[in-house]
Amino acid sequence: MAKEIKLACNVIEQVEAICDKYGNQPGELINVLHEAQSLHGYLPEEMQRIIARKLHIPVSKVYGVVTFYSFFTMTPKGKHPISVCLGTACYVRGSEGLLEEIKRVLNIEVGETTPDGKFSLDCLRCVGACGLAPVVTIGDKVYGRLQPKDIKKILDEVAAND
Amino acid sequence: MKTLHIEDLNKIREKAQAALVLREQSDSASSEQSCGLACGAKHMQLLCCGGTGCKASSSHKIVENLQKALEANGVADKVEVVTTGCFGFCEKGPIVKVIPDNTFYTQVKPEDAEEIVKSHIIDGKRVERLLYVDPKTKQHVSDSKHMDFYRKQVRIALRNCGLIDPENIDEYIARDGYQGLAKCLLELKPEDVIDIVSQSGLRGRGGAGFPAGSKWKHALAAKAEKKYVVCNADEGDPGAFMDRSIMEGDPNSVVEAMAICGYATGSNYGLIYIRAEYPLAVSRLRVAIAQARKYGLLGKNILGSGFNFDIEIRYGAGAFVCGEATALVHSMEGKRGEPRMKPPHLTDLGYMGYPTNVNNVETLANVPIIMTKGAEWFASIGTEKSKGTKVFALAGKINNVGLIEVPMGTTLREIIYEIGGGVKDGKKFKAVQTGGPSGGCLTEKHLDIPIDYESLKEAGSMMGSGGMIVMDEDDCMVSVAKFYLDFTVNESCGKCTPCRIGNKRLYEILTRITEGKGTPEDLETLKRLSEVIKETSLCGLGQSSPNPVLSTLANFYEEYVEHVKQHKCRAKQCKALLTYAVMPDKCKGCGACKRGCPANAIMGDVRKPHVIDPYKCIRCGMCKSHCKFNAIHVS
Repeated sequence: MAKEIKLACNVIEQVEAICDKYGNQPGELINVLHEAQSLHGYLPEEMQRIIARKLHIPVSKVYGVVTFYSFFTMTPKGKHPISVCLGTACYVRGSEGLLEEIKRVLNIEVGETTPDGKFSLDCLRCVGACGLAPVVTIGDKVYGRLQPKDIKKILDEVAAND
Repeated sequence: MKTLHIEDLNKIREKAQAALVLREQSDSASSEQSCGLACGAKHMQLLCCGGTGCKASSSHKIVENLQKALEANGVADKVEVVTTGCFGFCEKGPIVKVIPDNTFYTQVKPEDAEEIVKSHIIDGKRVERLLYVDPKTKQHVSDSKHMDFYRKQVRIALRNCGLIDPENIDEYIARDGYQGLAKCLLELKPEDVIDIVSQSGLRGRGGAGFPAGSKWKHALAAKAEKKYVVCNADEGDPGAFMDRSIMEGDPNSVVEAMAICGYATGSNYGLIYIRAEYPLAVSRLRVAIAQARKYGLLGKNILGSGFNFDIEIRYGAGAFVCGEATALVHSMEGKRGEPRMKPPHLTDLGYMGYPTNVNNVETLANVPIIMTKGAEWFASIGTEKSKGTKVFALAGKINNVGLIEVPMGTTLREIIYEIGGGVKDGKKFKAVQTGGPSGGCLTEKHLDIPIDYESLKEAGSMMGSGGMIVMDEDDCMVSVAKFYLDFTVNESCGKCTPCRIGNKRLYEILTRITEGKGTPEDLETLKRLSEVIKETSLCGLGQSSPNPVLSTLANFYEEYVEHVKQHKCRAKQCKALLTYAVMPDKCKGCGACKRGCPANAIMGDVRKPHVIDPYKCIRCGMCKSHCKFNAIHVS
């Protein structure tokens, strides 16, 4: 049963254009998803249906790929996406404590977004700034050598600068 | 576009060498040498690290500010600012190196740019406060070759990182870049190229250590209308950044090596499979590919030899299992990255059904220099079975976090205590983890074994891609094993049962133990289950995923027993086994802990010792991090 399409018309057109750009080839599915996500921020079900139709593959296959790779997401991110590095270097220098503190301050779990849409929380494996461990990224900015007590101040600052 | 010939390549090399000679010669400059324009230097260069780690500390702003300061002081025509790749010494980044006097500034901030230019460049006085301080002698060290961190290193794969501008192909050419490719195309037959690679003893740097020459030979032997060369840049090991640094600091070495591999295996198509999480590496590779195409070093009829080769970039999307070559190929085809049984090997049946040769970034980065310097030279470095060098990302509880490259056969002790400067904060060394989620934890007794593929395997770990994490007495080995299992459970593709379900069970048992609910039988189950998973999993991920459990069981059995029998965690990491209390004799009653406590579990009046209510306490440790008097006791 086809679900009601809620995406804006121009988004639909843009996604279709992305599919066309890659020749509607099933082999280009991951590239298409990368572009679609950078366009829209996330990959809602409707968008996956459009891509499946254009590439002539079952929507289950698109869904299978989207859920397989951690880079793809089906939920919209917050205005300031937070990522806590859980690479080994950050882990042994205490990043788990940072994660607990962020969860507590924002009252969200990993993978969730705050109700006001400001922050979303994710974990990632290694930013590559191991010299600054433990590391948290908010948007494009990397915060290094953090302790749990620094978290609230940083989040307040980011929220205040909106 | 006209075809570039070897004579043209040599002309570009000569022209670009002028700028680089200054940098290469400065390596022999002594620290007593005077510096700055005042002392007669006609032309100077400021090299600033533009790797991801240093960029996170605003190194691009440093470059901007240096440029501004040079212009403001009217010396911009005599001093050039160059953004290079990673210097490796990430702990002390961002780094600025001054050429020709070879001064090595550490932890530079954007606001220091003005002082470097005024004091060093104009007045000829080094900025002492930005120099590296030797932790043993407490003396300032002005050049890198006198630092313990660099003294034992041999940089082959990282030969150009921190030396050249990665976005300028001319500088790569000046360092004999593309000479290896020229030699192969113009003087050697594909079989000869493979012979050189085989004789050099180069083995896969991605983890398993398969001889590169044998792989290439299989690929050459495969008969097909089309073949592919793939660079595996899906570096997913948490805490490892060797490949990224090579791609960021010396992307042309990967491009050149792929072309050499293409010629040797009879392929005209190259693909780089890279993590989408590495935006800087992607952009540097794109620049390198575009510049190589412009010179005709990629494309049709390369160097007039009649050989065609070009490279495309494919993006990963965050799946550790895609580092496994068959899974990687599936992912490139737009599918879920699930591995498959071998044989058929990828060199027979790979990308889109065509023979495909997959090599890791670091393996490839070694190839061009093997071609120019010869197989004997490369084979003279390293141990009997493992030749050359290995790059490691040294991190964790160690003083000098960074990217290092050492000859095979170097001991862990040399790496940790000499290059790494020992364990952080004077704590006691406990373990070193190599090989990431597939490797194991090694202890004090393993520190003197010379590192190579065989010795690490024998010790119960593995070379892996090169992550090396040092742990101290504050790290709980059960928690570390749990940490890796959490990773594997997340990253298991789910195709085969032992890995999908077995690892989940391992993780649950480990969680139980860290919560103080484990039983002695659990330890037996852990061992038996681990062995079954190792034997019956389909791919390398599952076959190696229990290694962190097995190696910690073997080397830290008593810690497991303590958790299970005495409900005690000696490293004070397992929250459920801890109690927090205020020591009345040390508490000044400042109230910092009370204000910091998220659970309102701390009571007490000002200037009187406070008390923690054990029933309200959530064991978050905030009180301990807020207390300035070290009055919180954890037991």
